[in-house]
Amino acid sequence: MLKFTEDHEWVRIEGDVATIGITEHAAEQLGDLVFVELPDVGKQVGKGDNAAVVESVKAASDVYAPLSGEIVEANQAIVDDPSQVNSDPANAGWFFKLKLSNASEAENLLDEDAYKALIA
Amino acid sequence: MGNEKSESGSALRRTPLHDLHEKLGARMVPFAGYEMPVQYPTGIMSEHRHTREHAGLFDVSHMGQLIVDAPNGGAGEAALVLEALIPADIVGLGEGRQRYGLLTNDAGGIEDDLMVQNLGDRYLLIVNAATKEADEKHLREKLASSVRVTRLDNALIALQGPEAEAALSNVWSGCQDMRFMDVREAQILGHPCIVSRSGYTGEDGFEISVPNDGVNALAEALLAHAAVQPVGLGARDSLRLEAGLCLYGSDIDTETTPCEAQLKWSIPKVRRTGGERAGGFPGSDVILAQFAEGTERARVGLRPEGKAPVRGGAPLFADENAGQKIGTVTSGGFGPSVGAPVAMGYLAADYCTPDARVFAEVRGKFLPIVVSQLPFIVPSYKRT
Repeated sequence: MLKFTEDHEWVRIEGDVATIGITEHAAEQLGDLVFVELPDVGKQVGKGDNAAVVESVKAASDVYAPLSGEIVEANQAIVDDPSQVNSDPANAGWFFKLKLSNASEAENLLDEDAYKALIA
Repeated sequence: MGNEKSESGSALRRTPLHDLHEKLGARMVPFAGYEMPVQYPTGIMSEHRHTREHAGLFDVSHMGQLIVDAPNGGAGEAALVLEALIPADIVGLGEGRQRYGLLTNDAGGIEDDLMVQNLGDRYLLIVNAATKEADEKHLREKLASSVRVTRLDNALIALQGPEAEAALSNVWSGCQDMRFMDVREAQILGHPCIVSRSGYTGEDGFEISVPNDGVNALAEALLAHAAVQPVGLGARDSLRLEAGLCLYGSDIDTETTPCEAQLKWSIPKVRRTGGERAGGFPGSDVILAQFAEGTERARVGLRPEGKAPVRGGAPLFADENAGQKIGTVTSGGFGPSVGAPVAMGYLAADYCTPDARVFAEVRGKFLPIVVSQLPFIVPSYKRT
């Protein structure tokens, strides 16, 4: 199940684990990323908490946790090479995986059509 | 995603190149009251590198251009009068030459930084966009009545990089005879232009003041050269930061003095204590005392040890325990040519030693950052 947030994140939910990344639109708007900071595995995050930081040449931006849960995996590859977020935001450029503590929160996320309408 | 800063503005002004920026796919942002290109589709990183490797074309028409002349006194009179506001050697500035200078205030702070060009019968001052109205008022109010201050309503473009001369030669071969900080008046594509061999990137290059009705043809002619790509304000900022050049409003302002800002070189001996035309500018008591006694803080280059950029505003500490605040970062980001984060800021004098290790607070963490020499790149000005 692929969902989106108004903050330009994508959320792929498989069972009780969600993989989170930023959308192609967000990656384009940010421009070339030069730095990514990801949460530590084991960290508990609440929906809407700051979970990661991305920095372009020009500015820093926060990436929020779209759902509540525990960080179970973080993508070290984008820390080592932030340009992967720009080149493949929907796949290789994923940020972190979250073991959901309240799966019903996902009901409020946007579906693909709603997200496309948002950025249109 | 969030926290992207935006400047909401109404009635933004446009430069004469606005339609060209849109045609080139620029992302336009509000800057100093103007709608300006922050980047083109290739992006800041690529634009930055292209400028260092080939040539970049920048629209800087938002900047202010002021003509100062003395209708009855000639150039000598105008130079002397300007020296009453700018602690530089303007009397000694030869015809066809340009010099960097500061407008100081009574407290010894900096009202603006600017370029002064000697055009023979008049001086052209190139000033910052955000301060241009204030500068004009300051000059009109404070300069002796023997001089006139007139706004030059021209566009301004910068062509920067190792292939700038080759590209400009296509429309004006006279540029080949110029060296760093030379200024020439020339007809280019049928328009009277004022060209200086200077810039804000650390590269060789030119800045061209061109009439508004001629700037589009000139820009398109330069972009037609294979080496030239358009470059936005984003890369302009990363280029100048690597070159160790101050951004007015960030690295220097009304609260910083020329000595603190390490811009002492812009105030030559002739204007310092014991010089032939010593003092006589706003804040000269404070500034000349600082030449003798030193300052409590100074602007330094800063190299974060890690990969995280440290931005303007980050406080600096002597240790990781936030015990003692010893300074503030004033500009910082990623340096595409350095390949690492770079920054500059003010530090207490005791810590202004190259290789001293201090700590910047970023998002609650204390990141090690090393005091470095400026600039971060080797400039390639054409000095001979």
